[in-house]
Amino acid sequence: MSYTTVVGLEVHVQLLTRTKLFCGCINRFNPTQPNVQTCPVCLGLPGSLPVMNRHAFELALKTGLALNCTIPALTKWDRKQYYYPDLPKGYQISQYDLPFSSDGWLEIPTDQKAPESRRIGIIRAHLEEDAGKNFHDESGRGGESLVDLNRAGTPLLEIVTKPDIRSGTEAHAFLDELKLLLTYLEVSDCNMQEGSLRCDANVNLHIADPNGGTIATPIVEVKNLNSFRGVEQAIEYEARRQFEQWKETGKKFGEVPKETRGWDAERGATFGQRGKEEASDYRYFPDPDLVPVTIEETWREQVRASLAEFPAAKRKRFESEHHLSLYDASVIVAQGRPFADYFERVAAACADAKQAANWLTQDVLREMKERQLAIETFPITADVLGTLLERVAARKITVNSGRIVFAALLDRSVDSLPPGIEAVDAIISEKGLAITSGADELAPIIDAVLAANAKIVADVKGGKQQAIGALIGQVMKQTKGADPQVVREMLQSRIAAL
Amino acid sequence: MSIVDASASQLLSAMASGKLSAVDVARAFLDQIETHDGKIGAFLHVDHDGALKQAALVDEKRRTVQPLGKLAGLPMAIKDVVCTRGMPTTCGSRILQRFLPPYDAEVVRRFREADAVILGKTNMDEFAMGSSTENSAFKITRNPWDTSRTPGGSSGGSAAAVAAGMALLAVGSDTGGSIRQPAAFCGIVGMKPTYGRVSRYGLVAFASSLDQLGPMASDVAGVAALLEVMAGHDARDSTSVDRPVPEYGRTLEQPLSGLRIGLASEHFAAGLDPEVASAVRAAADVYRSLGAQVIDVTLPHSKYGVAAYYLIAPSEAASNLARYDGVHYGHRAEKFDGLIDMYAASRGEGFGPEVKRRIMLGNYALSAGYYDAYYLKALKVRRLIRNDLDRAFETCDVLLSPVAPTPAFKVGELVDDPLAMYLSDIYTLSANLAGLPGISLPGGFSSGGLPIGIQLLGPPFAEENLLRAARMFERETSWHTKRPRLGVAP
Repeated sequence: MSYTTVVGLEVHVQLLTRTKLFCGCINRFNPTQPNVQTCPVCLGLPGSLPVMNRHAFELALKTGLALNCTIPALTKWDRKQYYYPDLPKGYQISQYDLPFSSDGWLEIPTDQKAPESRRIGIIRAHLEEDAGKNFHDESGRGGESLVDLNRAGTPLLEIVTKPDIRSGTEAHAFLDELKLLLTYLEVSDCNMQEGSLRCDANVNLHIADPNGGTIATPIVEVKNLNSFRGVEQAIEYEARRQFEQWKETGKKFGEVPKETRGWDAERGATFGQRGKEEASDYRYFPDPDLVPVTIEETWREQVRASLAEFPAAKRKRFESEHHLSLYDASVIVAQGRPFADYFERVAAACADAKQAANWLTQDVLREMKERQLAIETFPITADVLGTLLERVAARKITVNSGRIVFAALLDRSVDSLPPGIEAVDAIISEKGLAITSGADELAPIIDAVLAANAKIVADVKGGKQQAIGALIGQVMKQTKGADPQVVREMLQSRIAAL
Repeated sequence: MSIVDASASQLLSAMASGKLSAVDVARAFLDQIETHDGKIGAFLHVDHDGALKQAALVDEKRRTVQPLGKLAGLPMAIKDVVCTRGMPTTCGSRILQRFLPPYDAEVVRRFREADAVILGKTNMDEFAMGSSTENSAFKITRNPWDTSRTPGGSSGGSAAAVAAGMALLAVGSDTGGSIRQPAAFCGIVGMKPTYGRVSRYGLVAFASSLDQLGPMASDVAGVAALLEVMAGHDARDSTSVDRPVPEYGRTLEQPLSGLRIGLASEHFAAGLDPEVASAVRAAADVYRSLGAQVIDVTLPHSKYGVAAYYLIAPSEAASNLARYDGVHYGHRAEKFDGLIDMYAASRGEGFGPEVKRRIMLGNYALSAGYYDAYYLKALKVRRLIRNDLDRAFETCDVLLSPVAPTPAFKVGELVDDPLAMYLSDIYTLSANLAGLPGISLPGGFSSGGLPIGIQLLGPPFAEENLLRAARMFERETSWHTKRPRLGVAP
């Protein structure tokens, strides 16, 4: 019996703003100093009032536009009311029936090597304030519970997908692409460890009914997902579990209440969480302390014009403009915007995008990984690498010599500032790597080699063209940076003239 | 005339000429509080030392010829719903009994900047929910004109303090009439400005879309002077309006020519005390005698006002009061079993019966399945009431009406009849629903010797005209000059 896994994701993303959503407190991950980033507003003190952070709203708008959402002319703030110690006002300022964006989609690559892609629908994205954090004594000795409100009131974007995702792998790909998009837009750093990206998955199955049609299994919401890999594994696990459970119980969608399960990454399994006895009634109503937000066309278009190039568009452009393979384009784009920018600067400096891509995807990435560096702190700047590759492209040095210079540049940066572009030529001349393509310099060496290898010369003359390789090798050994192509041509013409 | 019976302008000129020091003035008011507040109960907290210190500072500034603010040395009282840094702010509730705000409300910042002398915090119905100041968790306030009667509410402490000469000026908050009705009961002037005219930052919220802070004083000039300092834009309140503030005091004495006074038949409904009705009609005659035109207008939806108000206000209140959960500040029960019980026990002990009643009303109205029928419907009625008033103001400049259906009622008279208590807001709450300014001023006395107030309502931001119209009436009458005889049975 076959089934389709049906997944919808609910992603919470913290925005990269300087200050919180409704007050001037700093928005920064600061777990070691609890409750220092607070004020009467985010503490929910009596008489305090929220004022919307326009920058946060613009970051949200950018996301909505990038997710191809409809942006209404008017959006408003609502109170979502529930009691919890990390929620100091007893309600969360959120958006209920008029979110700032709805009905969009995100295109995800199904496979980096294949050109086809898939659209995952976005139901809505809305902005809300985050809650604080509760800390409980887990020793079981009943110690005090503590609350840290540093995070309370920081801007949080909730993105809800349609149930368009069909597997754990696809959920992973969606999250990769979403993270890439949001980091390109500088909307969020999407750091799951620090909680700046959180994800819940709604999973069920559509089982092919032998009598025709499909049978839907009850929807399960999986929480505690703290890595993209975890999301993928949890969905795969949940699909298998639900199928087994369906075979056992035959329970269909609608016959049992929605279940919430947690993900245990160590055991690689989901586990049932105590369900709420009844559905919460959040008693949403428009927040009377905040005025509705009017999104005028000029504002919307200003924000649209300020959008950075999306990763998908960049991949396409790298293919068409720089003639990269989809694979290379994907690898470069996936490293993030600073890396893609670095690539473009190197490509422009050396006028050989393909070579730039090869060096970046191999040498640069390898060294970054070994040295645990980000591209922003990589000691060979784009200008320096561009200059080096220009020397290779102009056949002033060989590719192998280029690698020697690359290594020397890295060595040189260990105890000093990153070398400037002048270092490239300095190293070439220090190490005598310049291709001595001048016939004047090569002629005496070639004459000597020809004289010393009469047998091989005869073989070449007799039609054994591949024998010339040995002669090239000898010439190359005696010169430090000869261009093998030039050596080959000179040898051929001398032998022909003999 | 004694210091405590003087007007703001008399005290300002006496201090400017050196006849009185700010310390003399502060001491006179503090003495008055000392002598009479045991009986009246207007204050929850008297900042005796702070007031004298501030007064001395004003005298020092004057002596060294430093610039002085508009309220320099004027003693004032602040309703205990306004946050004052380091000074108790209880909202008349047990749940905030020991709460010391770490910040000043915007209006308090403005008072300090204007060199006012803050005498203390006044009693009120808990979280401003009530019309008699009997709902305070700490004490009841009595009407200085008849201590067997209430001063009205919820700003009853502020109104009684001014009426009894225990504060020259006072601040109240008005969500459905809470400045205007106690002003009327106590024979003083009180104004609810246009929604957004005065910053709500630091005003502890009852119903955010209706709440507005306003001035109270024994005469129109005092109210104008205080409003001038209170009004103005505040970036910390999103609903505050960025619009220039007129110098209300400067134009106050200029009568309005061609004034059109509107009278609505709906404002003379069943239950209106005949003495109150005749005071309002007499006021219309005063305006007629000053050359004003009196025009009949109609407000067909005003009969739904009380119902709409008692859905909207409790809904917002239920939400605004959710923060008092015993977790971060305020009262926490000593004994509880688990988190949910901590909430229930802390709130159960901390809130009084009227507050609980409104929280239940509000949560009910916002519940899934009821929202459309109650809250949303009430919002639609609110719009219709505003439309009625907008239409009325096409034909008249101000509406003249009663403030409350009766003069001050007896302590305990309505406390067990919440519906009757709610109806005492019938003439005031449409100004809150519509966001319009309204002023209550002395308009006569009942045969029993109790003050009767009259109300003027105007279109948005018509405070200047309202004050001038009020002053026209005040100049022709002597009601505002009458003072209660404290410590003497009426």
